[in-house]
Amino acid sequence: MSYTLVFNDTKDPRNCREGYVDAMYDLMKENEKIVHIDCDLIGCVGAAKIQKAYPDRVINCGIAEANAAAMAAGMKATGMIPYLHTFGVFAGRRIFDQIFISSAYSNLGIHVIGTDPGVTAGVNGATHMPFEDAGLYLEIPGAVVLDPCDYTQVNVLTKKLCKDDRLSYLRLIRRGFKPVYGEGSDFEIGKAVTLTEGNDCAIICSGIMVGNALKAHDVLLKEGIEVSVIDMFTWKPLDEKTLIKAAERCGCIVSAENHLISCGLGSAVANCLAANHPVPQEFIGIKDRFGQTALQEVLEEEYEMTSEHIIKAVKKAIQRKGI
Amino acid sequence: MENDQTIKELKIFAANIRLETLKIIASIGAGHVGGCMSIADAIAVLYGKVLNIDPKDPSKKDRDWCVLSKGHAGPVLYAALGLKGYFPMEEAYTLNHYKTKFPSHTDRTKTPGVDLTAGSLGQGISEAAGAALGNRMQGIGSYVYVFVGDGECDEGEVWEAAQFCAHYKLDHLICFVDDNKYQLDGSVNDVMSHGLGLAAKFKAFGWNVIEVEDGNDIKQLLEAIDQAKASTGSPSALVLNTVKGKGTFAQETHEHSTHADKAFWDKVIAKAQSDLDALKGEAA
Repeated sequence: MSYTLVFNDTKDPRNCREGYVDAMYDLMKENEKIVHIDCDLIGCVGAAKIQKAYPDRVINCGIAEANAAAMAAGMKATGMIPYLHTFGVFAGRRIFDQIFISSAYSNLGIHVIGTDPGVTAGVNGATHMPFEDAGLYLEIPGAVVLDPCDYTQVNVLTKKLCKDDRLSYLRLIRRGFKPVYGEGSDFEIGKAVTLTEGNDCAIICSGIMVGNALKAHDVLLKEGIEVSVIDMFTWKPLDEKTLIKAAERCGCIVSAENHLISCGLGSAVANCLAANHPVPQEFIGIKDRFGQTALQEVLEEEYEMTSEHIIKAVKKAIQRKGI
Repeated sequence: MENDQTIKELKIFAANIRLETLKIIASIGAGHVGGCMSIADAIAVLYGKVLNIDPKDPSKKDRDWCVLSKGHAGPVLYAALGLKGYFPMEEAYTLNHYKTKFPSHTDRTKTPGVDLTAGSLGQGISEAAGAALGNRMQGIGSYVYVFVGDGECDEGEVWEAAQFCAHYKLDHLICFVDDNKYQLDGSVNDVMSHGLGLAAKFKAFGWNVIEVEDGNDIKQLLEAIDQAKASTGSPSALVLNTVKGKGTFAQETHEHSTHADKAFWDKVIAKAQSDLDALKGEAA
């Protein structure tokens, strides 16, 4: 695993979804077992490129997600490698039983791509805004749950999944987002990336929160507070070793996620640390709320997910160390 | 046209499947006798004559697949698989016991010869559709046979799968619709009726539909399967007019599951044994 950090808080001209589609283009070229299955959202994920190149291996199931999920599992039983895309809201709530029984329980792991995680659904609004999608997948024994942050990470992880027989769920931001990693960066499923190594507090984050955490880091550094920013893009299996070491080193934690804190990264972190090395933890993320329509930036403010909120949480966590 | 000898042999195989199904269910004292017996004849035809399978190589690449989307009928499939030699029959007399390989709902990870896991109704037909398409994409010409229950057809996913199979012209998928008229809470007509009927529904979804007047008749089943295989360009649904519990006590009760004591099971097993012996006697 090696990476370059290029974060400078500016938008990537490439859409994150292209990270997925470009990876699939390469994978489908190399391996004729790989299939992209969709539910009338090929346009939304930008898969026209692979549909044109490999029309026989892009299967549109129409607006019928339950069939698509169980069908994908049946296809896996014949030796194919299905990637299934739909919006995160449907990937979680609508097809949970099909994913649970037809895929995971049946030992027929498929790769589920859920677009528009959390507040990135923006103006599509509450009905299309999944705050609980990854949480549902965390409940499935043996599943892999990924929350990547940019084009490069999406691209690398999509490729890594092709050799992984486990059921997986990848939260895919559709639009252009602030790049964190440079080209050529590599990642391993289940291995967190420690981006900065401060000893005052560790921010455990993923997805869109990585950029916010790095911004918080820079501001805090000017105030003399040194934080570790850890990109925990694999929510399951959790990199417990890195997490416990961070808790031991820093003595307090801030978890930061674009998801409900009650069933996401923060709760996974708390479960691990409570059993291994309990330290004060502050939770950044959605707190028992539904989604709503607004621009992503407005929603990050509304749900208290900005770098300013992270800074406050870090200070509170550090203060609690003394109690 | 099948010769009389084949039909006689398949009738005996079906009677044997019924006997073993009862023994399997009796081993735990409770189970879905009704829904097993309604499809025992179709299972006998598939495993006795139609399927390209090898009990010594259950997952051979070019095999035909058999999926019980009505997964609760597991015991009737285990009876057929045991009689075909996939495992010693006695192993299946552990139905639903701790750590058994034979749960009442079919499970591909546990039982040799079970192609796909089902039990959450509606999912098996989608899985079967995926298997049929996956095989076709790899140039494998095998058939996928799938059983759905009439009660199961309440599930929306059955119709999502139905439109998918027709859209993708999965003519190597053959669906047996077990129209046995009863579901858990009572008759299908009372609990949740099927409008113009299951045959009309599958027709409306673009399927080649074959209505089998007596879905427990070996000869009619063989002919219907031949017709289905001859049809190309669309999936086929064989709507089987069956009797829930056919050939057993459950023919009268129509109950979804039966819980009884050992004396009861001994009695019905003895009856199934004498039915089998009688058929063998006729054949001799």
